[in-house]
Amino acid sequence: MNSMEKPRMSEGEMAARVGLELKDGFYVNLGIGMPMLVSTHIPKGRMVIFQAENGILGCGPHAEGAEVDPDLSNAGDEDITAIPGASFFDSAVSFDMIRGGHLDVTVLGGFQVSEKGDLANWKLPQRKVGSYGGALDLAVGARKVIVLMKHTTKDGEARIVKQCAYPLTGKRCVSMIVTDVAVIDVTPAGLVLREAAPGWTADEVQAVTEPKLIVDGVKQYRRS
Amino acid sequence: MKNKIFPAAADALADIKDGATIMVGGFLGRGTPSGLLLALRERNLKDLTIIRNDSAGSRTNPNDVNILIEAGHVRKVVTCFAVFGSPKMVSALEAKVMEGKTELELVPQGTLVERIRAGGSGIGAFYTPVGAGTVAAEGKEVRVIDGREMLLEYPLKADFALIKAHKADRFGNLMYRKTARNFNPIMATAATTTIVEAEKIVDAGSIDPDNVMTPCIYVHRIVEIPRRGAR
Repeated sequence: MNSMEKPRMSEGEMAARVGLELKDGFYVNLGIGMPMLVSTHIPKGRMVIFQAENGILGCGPHAEGAEVDPDLSNAGDEDITAIPGASFFDSAVSFDMIRGGHLDVTVLGGFQVSEKGDLANWKLPQRKVGSYGGALDLAVGARKVIVLMKHTTKDGEARIVKQCAYPLTGKRCVSMIVTDVAVIDVTPAGLVLREAAPGWTADEVQAVTEPKLIVDGVKQYRRS
Repeated sequence: MKNKIFPAAADALADIKDGATIMVGGFLGRGTPSGLLLALRERNLKDLTIIRNDSAGSRTNPNDVNILIEAGHVRKVVTCFAVFGSPKMVSALEAKVMEGKTELELVPQGTLVERIRAGGSGIGAFYTPVGAGTVAAEGKEVRVIDGREMLLEYPLKADFALIKAHKADRFGNLMYRKTARNFNPIMATAATTTIVEAEKIVDAGSIDPDNVMTPCIYVHRIVEIPRRGAR
């Protein structure tokens, strides 16, 4: 079977896999897009506090009906609630938290990640104008950067590359890559393949990954 | 004490001239002084420089800085967010940049707010690791501090700041609500003239001093514009 046709993990399963990395009591910022799915995939019994760069620590679930408050959103401008114990603050304080190393984890989307852990996620090369948002700050400031992205582009090209061709968000900032095919750690020795999706061999993951993966006892993609 | 309360937005904005640099509070659809922006558009000014977190429009508030960009009043935008991710969603700013009519200075979000804070607090410049090794470092002085590459960043100041507050008292002490605070209290410190759109103006002393988020020293003009509809 061609690797493009092999079954891959769903976005929900990918988000749940990232959720396993978030320990009880962690402070976490989720990037806009797929990373935001992680908030609803935290293992039972763990309390994870979500920060959003627009100035809230303690994001709750999406607001519905009478819960909607025009002065309360996440960084993606979605109506949310605040959990008991939440706080609000200005953008300077928000980025003090982010840049100052106070977040345990940030989960960011990605266009490309290099074997050294460089991240490109803010601009497509063919587009003249892009948006940084808070991505450059998060990439540098959080204690651990997890990138959640599809393993390949729509055309089947590797997103995990030797060197990013897209403009960088940060250099050597990524610790872990969770895709629809694999879980990969970025280490000083190189990229270590930790887990592969059901039905995928290490060789098959390697075939859709540009840099050489270090393979030693690959486990099946964890669901719990 | 000088009266800071103006009867209408148009009066508070009357002395803004062509070429002015204007900071505008808000984050996407929340905490934007839309009443002031609508009145500013009526002035039909040109060559404005706008400093604002996001400049790509928002789903939840049609009246943000986009209305000035679309009207062709803006020569330059300093922002961290100029377009949405999908190439199909072309913002007014992206279109103007592509036409060569508007200049864009893209700044990482935390660096943007810190440059504004520096502008308001008399800091000459600062070093930050954000953007090192990326295009954000182009043209910037780099220094290694504590083993990390850092970029030298300079302050941002403005002629005017347009601020959205939940409540203002007669002195100009301000309170914000929830995530509508965002850039507002920082920008309030960094302009020669700070103009506040408050949903409600109350007597001095009505806001508990412990709850004042922007002390009145930063505020020069206040206009009461009640919240319209749901937003």
